[in-house]
Amino acid sequence: MPRGHAALGVVVPLLALAVWQGVTLAGMVPPSMLPPPAEMVRTLAEMAGSGELAQAVGITAWRLAWGFVVGAAAGTVLGALCGASALARALLDPTVQALRSVPSLAWVPLFILWLGIFESSKTTLIAVGVFFPVYLNLMSGIAQVDRKLLEVGVVHGYSRLRRLIAIQLPAALPAYVVGLRSGLGLGWMFVSAAELLGASNGLGFVLDDGEQTGRPERVLVAILLFGLCGKTTDMALAAAGARLVRWQDNAMPVQGQRALQPA
Amino acid sequence: MAHEVHIAGLAKTYGSQRVLGPLDLHLEAGTITVVIGRSGCGKSTLLRCLGGLEKPDAGSIRIGAGQLRREDIGYVFQEPRLMPWLTVSRNVAFGLRGHPARDDRVAEALAIVGLQQAASLLPKQLSGGMAQRAALARALAPKPELILLDEPFSALDPFSRESLQQHLLHLYRHYRTTMVLITHDMDEALTLGDRILVMQGPPGKIVADLSRHDTKARLREALEPGGRGPPGPQAGAERPQTPLRARAL
Repeated sequence: MPRGHAALGVVVPLLALAVWQGVTLAGMVPPSMLPPPAEMVRTLAEMAGSGELAQAVGITAWRLAWGFVVGAAAGTVLGALCGASALARALLDPTVQALRSVPSLAWVPLFILWLGIFESSKTTLIAVGVFFPVYLNLMSGIAQVDRKLLEVGVVHGYSRLRRLIAIQLPAALPAYVVGLRSGLGLGWMFVSAAELLGASNGLGFVLDDGEQTGRPERVLVAILLFGLCGKTTDMALAAAGARLVRWQDNAMPVQGQRALQPA
Repeated sequence: MAHEVHIAGLAKTYGSQRVLGPLDLHLEAGTITVVIGRSGCGKSTLLRCLGGLEKPDAGSIRIGAGQLRREDIGYVFQEPRLMPWLTVSRNVAFGLRGHPARDDRVAEALAIVGLQQAASLLPKQLSGGMAQRAALARALAPKPELILLDEPFSALDPFSRESLQQHLLHLYRHYRTTMVLITHDMDEALTLGDRILVMQGPPGKIVADLSRHDTKARLREALEPGGRGPPGPQAGAERPQTPLRARAL
């Protein structure tokens, strides 16, 4: 992306900030509903100074990391299995798809009953959210690998397992990266849900606490932090993923690479 | 060592339609046999059966003394089919996993097709001709006893095609490997083939058995629907060994 275009991305947030400041200065919305941006900055500084901010972000990130690792690992194993084996797909995929159509929040009461109200139920809920996109993308990525590439493995005497490792898994990498990014996005959604439903710490708790105590600035700070954290982790994963799939011949070549002219 | 190929009663059916045979053929060791025919006549199916990509419904294929492993057969497809995530050199090494002289074999194959400078490039950085040369190098690197080529130059521009045809003949002189090449290009057939088998179908049958000394007009006549050439499909076994062409390329 050209540098000028990257700068365009901040235009809308800055504009929104200006409108927000204008609306609150003009008294069009009472501060109890929408505090001015300066109030939010003050709250953010207070939370940072007291250590509450670091603690809340740290705990939420820790929960997300656990849920993401568990969900992505399960999605990877099952996705690879169902992608590589038609038998496994016929056996397992209908059940997984049926479970996918259950709204994820519907699992909450069951997880709380089974696992209690502490960390395990939260991690499990996040893992469920992460699992499905990782599973679906990897499975379809493997199953839809070009037959013509697989034939190259066949003519070189590759066994089925070697074809999976040497051809299908690398070819499915772009789809897998998309699955991980979708999973991470859902992970952030589910960590906020899990913390809203019952937590005594974390960013979701800050949200809930702000609502319960009538402090919208705390709610807005938590929303801002969720947005910033989600965007940062997605950018990190996208950058790592882009390195892994830089071989893709897409419309936006990796910087520093250029197509060669015919010899 | 080059191997002869014996095909007896080979037949292949897709659903209710027979697309090939029954076919009897004997291909001499160390020669280039070109199979030419119109689209859909079954020539690619014949090659896929030879390469183990299709299971024939009937008949047998015996290559050499019958001890040939799949790794001893090189296969070049119509498209390069390079693994897009591997560099050119790692693509060329695709059939050499665990080979003690892997790096030497890769360097040798790249030198034969003139791609030494492109060893570290990704397939997306190659032109069509370079990619097909890399595919040729991949088929050559394991030093196969038999090379099967399925219209390998058909998607290329005339300059790349001629260059690759020369590479193929260079290879042929180098290794004297038995080669079977599928094409629908009459000039290519007459340029490359020691022996030119004209196929018509479906079901694919050899209707004429020509040599590179035949004229293009003769080949065109044999390719016409219902066309027939003098020697029958089984006559190849009796044909004298075609001398290695001595044209200046």
